[in-house]
Amino acid sequence: MPESDEAKRGRAIVVTSGKGGVGKTTTTANLGTALARRGARVALIDADVGLRNLDIVLGLESRVHHHLLDVLEERSSLDDALVPDKHTDGLFLLAAAQAREKDDVETAKMQALVLSLRERFDYVLIDSPAGIELGFKNAVAGASEAIVVCTPEVAAVRDVDRVVGLLGNRFRPQLIINRLRPQLVRKGKMLSVEDVNGILRLPLLGVIADEPEIIVTTNRGEPLALRAQSSTGAAYHAIAARVAGEDVAAPVPPESKASIFERIGSMFGGKRR
Amino acid sequence: MIEFLKRLFGQQGSSATAKERLRLVLMTDHLELAPEMIESMKRDLVELISRYVEVDRERIEVNFERQDRTLAMLANIPILGVNRPNGNGAVTHETPRPQPEPVAGADAPSDAPAAETKPPVRKRKRRKKSQRARTQLPSTA
Repeated sequence: MPESDEAKRGRAIVVTSGKGGVGKTTTTANLGTALARRGARVALIDADVGLRNLDIVLGLESRVHHHLLDVLEERSSLDDALVPDKHTDGLFLLAAAQAREKDDVETAKMQALVLSLRERFDYVLIDSPAGIELGFKNAVAGASEAIVVCTPEVAAVRDVDRVVGLLGNRFRPQLIINRLRPQLVRKGKMLSVEDVNGILRLPLLGVIADEPEIIVTTNRGEPLALRAQSSTGAAYHAIAARVAGEDVAAPVPPESKASIFERIGSMFGGKRR
Repeated sequence: MIEFLKRLFGQQGSSATAKERLRLVLMTDHLELAPEMIESMKRDLVELISRYVEVDRERIEVNFERQDRTLAMLANIPILGVNRPNGNGAVTHETPRPQPEPVAGADAPSDAPAAETKPPVRKRKRRKKSQRARTQLPSTA
């Protein structure tokens, strides 16, 4: 294809992790919201066929009438299946099929779909299922870039390492560290950002703290990125700015070295785990 | 007291353990994912050792073993004979060890080759840094 066509197309970014439960879907919803609030046109694809979740996180579950496989199997048009977000203009969701299986997706059709979405949107974010099997491969198939989500846990880091190896250089994977608890890091009870990325050595988009407000906003179906005044919401906006190529610092929750008093306190203050 | 200072200034708690476990598990993963690297290392090793002694190339075994805080490479390389130890002392530092006394009636150790003149040597190498060798997903573009 000519260079100029490629340049005009939007960017297709797969959000993946290998391990489940690290926050891929929450990340996709928040990053998509933050990008759209910057004025970009954003399509979110839930590629976790059989376990549809992204609609819940966005609060759109009652508005989904057609899904990814309806489009891929030509039972529905793309326009009918794209659900406009209720909070953010320019943000659309293509939901996963709940009653189908990941293997029902044809890789070539998925690629074609993502390509056609790239003609219409500035960003296509693809929420990958956990694992490295066909579901992951289909989610990756149409993408041109990757964001990997990792929590500060041994198993999550190991899985991200594996996924990054599978992705290779083509997707230029960038890292979001999710669910960091600065207090635990200070007490030496959780891997730090440096510990995680000292091993993964990926470009760091940002670090999201493990905040109760994420649970509350997910309960309500309102991504935290809607609240730019919350520190975590602001962190998603900073990550979106970095994705968009702006030269802003990667957001990192304050976790500087523990004070001497905190260290002494934690020594006498009870059991170390 | 040392423990006290460690806790005061050093990394403490379980994150140090997590980091150590992660480092080791990734080294093992990367080796597992790079069989071609191990093959080429084996070839280089054999080539190097063959300069000094004749080895049984068919029966070389290379394994990796988790030890306390490190990953160890264990190579079992049966030696068939010593290469021309010449008079000028070039390779004579490899003096042949005395042959183990054969016990009458008893079988030789099962992993020792029959025609062997020396017992297999065990080479231990410590690996320091993890190798970034990863398998690639075939390009789907």
